[in-house]
Amino acid sequence: MISEAMPRQAAQPEPVLRVEDLVVEYRLGKREVVQAVSGVSFEIYQGETLGLVGESGCGKSSAARAVMQLPAPTAGKVILNGVDLAALNNSDLRRQRKQFQMIFQDPISSLNPRRKVSDIVEMPLLVMGEGTPEERAKRVRDVLAAVGLDPEASLDRRPFQFSGGQCQRISIARALVSEPLMLICDEPVSALDVSIQAQIINLLQDMKERYHLTMLFISHDLSVVKVVCDRVAVMYLGRVCELADSETLYRQPAHPYTAALLSAIPEADPNRTPQPIAMKEGELPSATNPPPGCRFNTRCPRAREICTQVVPPLETIADRHTVACHFPLTAD
Amino acid sequence: MENLHTHFMTERGLVRAVDGVSFTLKQGVTLGLVGESGCGKTILSRTLMGLLPPSARISAQARILFNGRDLRGLGEKQLRAIRGREVAMIFQDPMTSLNPVMKVGAQISETLVYHLGMTKAEAHARGVELLRAVGIATPERRIEQYPHQLSGGIRQRVAIAIALACEPKLLIADEPTTALDVTVQSGILDLLREQQRERNMSMILITHDLGVVAGRTDEIAVMYAGKMVERASTKALFGNTRMPYTRALMESIPQLDYPTHTRLKTISGQPPNLIYPPPGCRFAPRCSRAEARCREDEPALDSDGAADHTFACWRPVGTPVVETAA
Ligand SMILES: Nc1ncnc2c1ncn2[C@@H]1O[C@H](COP(=O)(O)OP(=O)(O)OP(=O)(O)O)[C@@H](O)[C@H]1O
Ligand SMILES: Nc1ncnc2c1ncn2[C@@H]1O[C@H](COP(=O)(O)OP(=O)(O)O)[C@@H](O)[C@H]1O
Ligand code: SF4
Ligand code: SF4
Ligand SMILES: [Mg+2]
Ligand SMILES: [Mg+2]
Repeated sequence: MISEAMPRQAAQPEPVLRVEDLVVEYRLGKREVVQAVSGVSFEIYQGETLGLVGESGCGKSSAARAVMQLPAPTAGKVILNGVDLAALNNSDLRRQRKQFQMIFQDPISSLNPRRKVSDIVEMPLLVMGEGTPEERAKRVRDVLAAVGLDPEASLDRRPFQFSGGQCQRISIARALVSEPLMLICDEPVSALDVSIQAQIINLLQDMKERYHLTMLFISHDLSVVKVVCDRVAVMYLGRVCELADSETLYRQPAHPYTAALLSAIPEADPNRTPQPIAMKEGELPSATNPPPGCRFNTRCPRAREICTQVVPPLETIADRHTVACHFPLTAD
Repeated sequence: MENLHTHFMTERGLVRAVDGVSFTLKQGVTLGLVGESGCGKTILSRTLMGLLPPSARISAQARILFNGRDLRGLGEKQLRAIRGREVAMIFQDPMTSLNPVMKVGAQISETLVYHLGMTKAEAHARGVELLRAVGIATPERRIEQYPHQLSGGIRQRVAIAIALACEPKLLIADEPTTALDVTVQSGILDLLREQQRERNMSMILITHDLGVVAGRTDEIAVMYAGKMVERASTKALFGNTRMPYTRALMESIPQLDYPTHTRLKTISGQPPNLIYPPPGCRFAPRCSRAEARCREDEPALDSDGAADHTFACWRPVGTPVVETAA
């Protein structure tokens, strides 16, 4: 099933979400600060799914939490439907909450084990003071049915009585009950069994259609991202190094890191062993001490002198295709 | 290994983690053990190593023959001599096998001194050699470091070096790359394959990811709910899949060449609980080919002529499905 990849309303040029120069810092000790996200910008349009990929620790979850204002970013703007969330006070932010919701990797621990499913799913509506009890109960039933759970059989049960896949359905129901504009998914299928993964991926795509969602989808699994996302942003050590339509990115990666990532994916086909692009051995640099210049220069097979000195800016190399590299692969 | 059952006594009942598994592994062969989480892969391999928690019970009639010797008859002391020396294991989290407060060099030396009776100086030199063999660029420096100072990939390489230290005849790798990034993963898998060939070891590579075993094993065994359900050469398993579960698993994995918003094929329902497994074929409640017989009689792991390809199924893929009035 193919859905429209392009913005639903072409006449509406404003993105649903615009993130500008997002910076997230964590305090380690008294003096030491680690910058997990260093100036990330992107836009997501109505009806679109943007993928965020990269190795563990590159700042994907930190960026997602900053968009959710959980907590607010150290610096930068998060403009949802024209409103800068980072500039709102607490009560204004609470009012906006129904517009953006999030689901997490570990479906079981992200649900309160002591509460009944009916309470868990109703919670966002209660917090926002929406509807009468009867209206809320109806919306809870409707959304549970939409995510493929039998409302009668599940309302009075508690999370531990469900499997991981069912718990992820409950999280999705909780996120959708307030009919948000934007859904942020942080590794939503990574903790699930292979046979359950496909069910949840299909469900997310169905829900996107049904609730007209705009999505930010984080995953380290590039095959999953390819199936789910219209565009993909690749992160390396806190920065976006490439952003393009998924078809373009997978067919013709321009950043050496994207190319290396793609070449390493193991495929379930005995005739196609991956031929990974050799990256330089040695230290994987850390966020506490990122290398100067291009952050990928310690592992990049194409690195030259300038790469260790000058930060490559994110530049547009083709329509809807930006890359931050002094020597992108398409320039050959 | 013959007719192995490993069960756990729990408050909620008897968990049949591994339920009647038999298999043989020849020298110099890499076997991929594939299945979803909870299907019994880890418990099966821990049973082989004699590394089970106290609540585990192994069936009385089971035999685990290693080079002709039944490991079940051995005491803890004899098992320890075999473990690490002849059979070695690598875990998903390398910290499981590494000691966090001991320098890398000392950990390798310890194994070499304990099992092979080397002197400290010999062990040190051999340690440097081993680290270099597992692709570590600056072994002299690494030897002086503690595990927490290493990245996940280097840590796993160190764990592999320790596992290889005594030239084991069998190496069991349980999800060795699941916790690692893809860019690091392929390097580790290639290293394992290369070492296995070079040393003519046997290897069991355990994973839930069919992509991991596809290009790097000689044979594959698929497990479902505590049972082995298909076993074949890697080529035959992918090229001529017989067990509907194996087929469904392959089809549900997104492929890189799928266009955006492809609808994935799914397996309905969820894996059964191992306290009350369904009667008959354990996959029957989720199988699109199931018939009445599947829900009553349990199919045995059997071949239908092709040597070295066995599967447990009444209506394997490739045979016509006759519609029965439902
Ligand atoms: N609360 C925290 N305090 C200090 N450092 C943190 C904290 N949370 C994250 N970090 C650091 O920030 C960096 C980015 O972390 P983040 O969780 O965003 O990564 P990620 O891309 O989501 O990784 P993964 O794929 O493992 O989920 C890492 O170096 C991490 O160690
Ligand atoms: N210590 C234990 N006590 C009780 N049940 C256990 C224990 N360890 C594992 N199990 C159960 O045994 C089954 C197989 O587990 P395991 O071999 O770890 O699966 P896999 O490695 O295939 O993911 C699971 O149902 C699991 O819950
Ligand atoms: S800027 Fe230089 S080091 Fe960075 S990715 Fe491009 S070529 Fe490699
Ligand atoms: S025995 Fe029946 S239920 Fe089991 S896999 Fe074969 S066809 Fe499906
Ligand atoms: Mg994360
Ligand atoms: Mg396991």
